[in-house]
Amino acid sequence: MGPISQNHVLVLGAILFAISIVGIFLNRKNLIVLLMAIELMLLAVNMNFVGFSYFLGDPDGQVFVFFILTVAAAESAIGLAILVVLFRNLDTVDVDELDNLKG
Amino acid sequence: MIEFKTLLFYAFAVVLVFAAFGVITSRNPVHAALWLVLSFFNAAGIWMLLKAEFLAISLVLVYVGAVMVLFLFVVMMLDINLDKMREGFWKNSKLGFVVGGLMLGEMAFVLMSPLFDGRVPAAAPANQPGYSNVKELGRLIYTDYVFPFEVAALILLVAIIAALALTLRGRKDSKAQDPSRQVLVKSGDRLRVVKMASVKREDPAAPAAAPAAAAAPAGEAKK
Repeated sequence: MGPISQNHVLVLGAILFAISIVGIFLNRKNLIVLLMAIELMLLAVNMNFVGFSYFLGDPDGQVFVFFILTVAAAESAIGLAILVVLFRNLDTVDVDELDNLKG
Repeated sequence: MIEFKTLLFYAFAVVLVFAAFGVITSRNPVHAALWLVLSFFNAAGIWMLLKAEFLAISLVLVYVGAVMVLFLFVVMMLDINLDKMREGFWKNSKLGFVVGGLMLGEMAFVLMSPLFDGRVPAAAPANQPGYSNVKELGRLIYTDYVFPFEVAALILLVAIIAALALTLRGRKDSKAQDPSRQVLVKSGDRLRVVKMASVKREDPAAPAAAPAAAAAPAGEAKK
């Protein structure tokens, strides 16, 4: 086992991504844990960006991670605000109860 | 002989994967949020190993310090029925593990394939002495990526306004004006025309008993 290789980072990113996919299936009802699984998924993507940036010696990848972090923070803030409004109106965060549109 | 940095990478990665499992399987959303904090910390450690110092610090500051506190705040504010949330938890797990395993297998297939091998360098290029990750990122953000940077600022502004506008509830005891109600007001809401009988003006030279007699009907009309 030598130094950290590109594949180490990519495999870790893949494992994290797969875990968060499983998490979305497991916590299908709980909107809060769904948001957390999405955060984990973005972390896996960021991990790949940082890994490629390191191994290609190109800091542009880190700038991308910077923007992804910004968008993820905005997304979770708005998502949690929607969650709070939803809970005020329906008294639950169960995804199955969100059938007002009858889609 | 295993290199120390690789050993550190494995340690961080094992804790990260373990914490990620904790996020998706814990019963209580508060515990899930705390597991997520642990996984962010370990990801920051790995990024530090990969020489992304600024991002590692900002991951801890922004995510652990702000976003996860927001998550914890919301989780603790909402009164969630945990037992109802857990219904069908293991029922969906079979499909979830099949899909997750399939994705993992596909990604492993790509990573193991000879097409991918050798395309990326096995070892990172060394940095010059005096290289600063923060300086380099700052240079890129304010030159090549200045427009995306401004757009990111705008996105954050939209997030602030949207989160406030969504959750704002006006106080009941506030004295603020409501412009829509002010515009909608009709003259009938403000002015009431009272019909009353006319009273004849008394002659000042009348006998002394007259004012007392005149006062009675006027008082009645006022009612």
